[in-house]
Amino acid sequence: MLTEAKHITPYSLYAKVLVGLLVLTTFTILVPWLNLTAFTVLIALLLASTKAGIVMTYFMHLKLENSLLKILVIMVLLIYVSVILLTFSDYVFR
Amino acid sequence: MERDDIGAKLGMWVFIFTEILLFGGLFLVYAVMRHRYAADFHQASLQLNTFIGALNTVVLLISSMTVAMSITAVQKKDKRMATILLCITLLCAVIFLIDKYFEWGHKISILLYPGSDLMQSLKHGYILFFSLYFFMTGLHMLHLVIGAVILIVALVKIRMGLITDEHYVLLENGGLYWHLVDLIWIFLFPLLYLVT
Repeated sequence: MLTEAKHITPYSLYAKVLVGLLVLTTFTILVPWLNLTAFTVLIALLLASTKAGIVMTYFMHLKLENSLLKILVIMVLLIYVSVILLTFSDYVFR
Repeated sequence: MERDDIGAKLGMWVFIFTEILLFGGLFLVYAVMRHRYAADFHQASLQLNTFIGALNTVVLLISSMTVAMSITAVQKKDKRMATILLCITLLCAVIFLIDKYFEWGHKISILLYPGSDLMQSLKHGYILFFSLYFFMTGLHMLHLVIGAVILIVALVKIRMGLITDEHYVLLENGGLYWHLVDLIWIFLFPLLYLVT
C-alpha cells in the first residue's frame, strides 16, 4: 500500500452507490406485494445478492484490492454455495 | 516495527470469511426448516413488523456509506469531516438499537420469546421460526455493537492524530467489519420479514 499510489474514492461515488442500494431495497419490499408466489424467494435472494455484491465491490473496496483477495472471496462463496446445494440435494431427493 | 497494512487487511478478510460461514450456517438451518415447515414459517413471519425492518435496512445502508466516506475524509486529511461521518454512523447504530428495543420489547411483552410458556405451546414450525429470528437478529445485534465499539476506538484515534492519511488501516478494518454487519442484514431482512 505504501508503494502504490493511494486511491481516494470520491464521496460522490459512495452517494451514488447508496442511491442504487436504496432503489434495490425498495424493489425488495415491493416484490412480495406482486404475489409471484414461487418466484418471490428467488427474486428476494437475487436482489439481496446483488446488493451484497455492490456493498463488497464499492464499500468494501474489493474493486481496488489485489487479485489474491478477489480469488479468496470467490472461493469462500463457492464453498458456501456448494454446501447449500449439497444440503438441499439431500433434503429434496431423500 | 515494520508495518504490514496489506497483511492486516488480509487478516481482517479471513476473519470476515469465518463470520460469513458462521451466519451462512444459520441461514442454511433457516432454509432447510423453512422448506420443511413452509406454512408455519409463512404465518409466523407475518408477526414481524416490516416497517421497522425496512427502516433498519435504510439506517444500516446509510451508516455503511458514511463509514466508507470517512476513509476518504481521512485520506484527504479532513479530520472534521471524518469525525462528522463517523458520528453519523454511530448515530445510525443507536437508531438501529432503539428500533430493535421496541421490536423485541413488543414481542417479549406479548410473551413471545424463547422458553416462554406461550412459545412452547405453539406449533413446531412457529417455535423454530421465532427461535431462529431471536438468535439470528440477536447475533447480528451483537456484531453491530462490536462494530460500533471498533468505530469509537477509530474515532478517538483520529481525534488523537493516531490515524492519519498515511496510516489508517484500523479505520479500514473497522469499516470492513461494519460493512459485514450491513451484508448480514441485507440477507436477514428479506428472509425473515418479507419472504412469505
